[in-house]
Amino acid sequence: MEKKGWWDVVRSSYVWKSVFRHEYQDTYRNRVLQVSSNVFLHLHPTKIRRHALRLRFTWCMGGITFLLFLILVVTGVILMFYYRPTGEYAYHDMKYLQFDVPFGMIMRNMHRWGAHAMVIAVWLHMFRVFMTGSYKPPREFNWVIGVNLLVFTLLLSFTGYLLPWDQLSIWAVTVGTNMGRATPLLGHEGPFAELVGVNARYDARALLTAGRLVGPATLLRFYVLHCIFIPLVAAVLMIVHFWRVRKDGGISGPL
Amino acid sequence: MAQSVLEGTEAERGDVEDVAKVKERATKLERLTKALPDKVHTWPYLVRLEMMVGTALMAFMTIWSIVVDAPLEEPANPTKTPNPSKAPWYFLGLQELLVYFDAWFAGVVLPGMIIVGLMIIPYVDINPKGNGYYCFKERRFAISFYLFGFLVLWIATVIIGTFFRGPGWYMFTPGEYWDVHKTVAITNMDWPTKFGITGFWPSFAFGAATTLGFLFGPPAVYWKLKGQTSQALQKLGSVRYWIVAFFVMSMAGVVVKMILRLGFNVKYIMVGPMGFNI
Repeated sequence: MEKKGWWDVVRSSYVWKSVFRHEYQDTYRNRVLQVSSNVFLHLHPTKIRRHALRLRFTWCMGGITFLLFLILVVTGVILMFYYRPTGEYAYHDMKYLQFDVPFGMIMRNMHRWGAHAMVIAVWLHMFRVFMTGSYKPPREFNWVIGVNLLVFTLLLSFTGYLLPWDQLSIWAVTVGTNMGRATPLLGHEGPFAELVGVNARYDARALLTAGRLVGPATLLRFYVLHCIFIPLVAAVLMIVHFWRVRKDGGISGPL
Repeated sequence: MAQSVLEGTEAERGDVEDVAKVKERATKLERLTKALPDKVHTWPYLVRLEMMVGTALMAFMTIWSIVVDAPLEEPANPTKTPNPSKAPWYFLGLQELLVYFDAWFAGVVLPGMIIVGLMIIPYVDINPKGNGYYCFKERRFAISFYLFGFLVLWIATVIIGTFFRGPGWYMFTPGEYWDVHKTVAITNMDWPTKFGITGFWPSFAFGAATTLGFLFGPPAVYWKLKGQTSQALQKLGSVRYWIVAFFVMSMAGVVVKMILRLGFNVKYIMVGPMGFNI
């Protein structure tokens, strides 16, 4: 009988077999199992249409957007260890991250550039989906979910913009949230505001900024929206988005 | 595919000697098509591709993050307003529109219309062609309309807002010195005033008539002329037609207002009660 190498011993062990349910050998069956018995890969069908591999067709932009989201989650969680969303500490923590935390600067850079890249990737993804007419039946509703994801991506980026608590953030967010006070009916400077009776302390803008000005209360509000609320909503929408890609017949293509 | 090759061109059919050649080519093609089925295994073909693109992206992001530092300015100071104060770059298209419209319209109604307009696209575009492949000829209107919105109203305004606007939101060419004392005399006039119409209610009536006339006039005329004869319009139906027409004319209206403001110093088309100005 042939002597077994240590690798074979490991691979035929009880523990190994409890983790990996099938062989790795390149057979039709294993190719299918490789995808269908893996929780991450089973996002995909076991077989796809050939043109789905063509980068000229997909630009791979949906996947790139998702990977950027994952990069942002990981770098974002790391930043959360060092950052306190209060008026006193926020800016100091940024300096601390940049100059004292090992790899703090690169984490911050990757989080910020990743956010910019994600906005661009989402736009390009939408552009390509439109150009290939992929929103047409049966994928109408997935396009609607996609538009929502675009909005949530922009909101994620916008709420994150305030967190460094520097001049760039506070004034960019001031400009952005100032739109709130011009909301028709609901903003105190908007048309017909008199009819509703909103004022500077109680209107659409005050709801966004937690007060009359962009201040520490806004910082906390944006922090919670940025780290908890919007990512959760976006993640749920992403699950639906990916699931529907499969349920609506996989990636679009000529019939 | 093999079938069409067998039939061959006229020249091929006329030449007896070539028949064998054509047949040989056909079987070869048949073999090729069989070897290339329409479906492929996700593992390894797609997973491999994703791995490569993912690795390239991570490498790119890592290098970008090492080479370029994210900006961090002075600490937030609510008493010191920078000039210009700019929103994040992806919102600068909307901020640019503040030049042409009041905030309630440029900052609230228009973004709302963009979002709603994007969402209804699949429900008003009933053209079954061009589903799942690139083409222009089969969807001329849809693609031209979208490209116009995407490239002109979105990308171009973002570029103008990012690179061409300086202190006071005045126009500066990139690289030009940002003079914070730059002023430009404002000689803007409301649309009704241009026609010598004065008084609040007459002006409001004139402005509202202009706005509504622009939004609904041309589509009504087009429907009157083509509604009964055009098969495409019949298929579309009046409800979808009016939804599309409303968004098309609104988008055109934004551009027309930009032209009127930049070229003819028109401030408002319509001055309404309680800040209801367009």
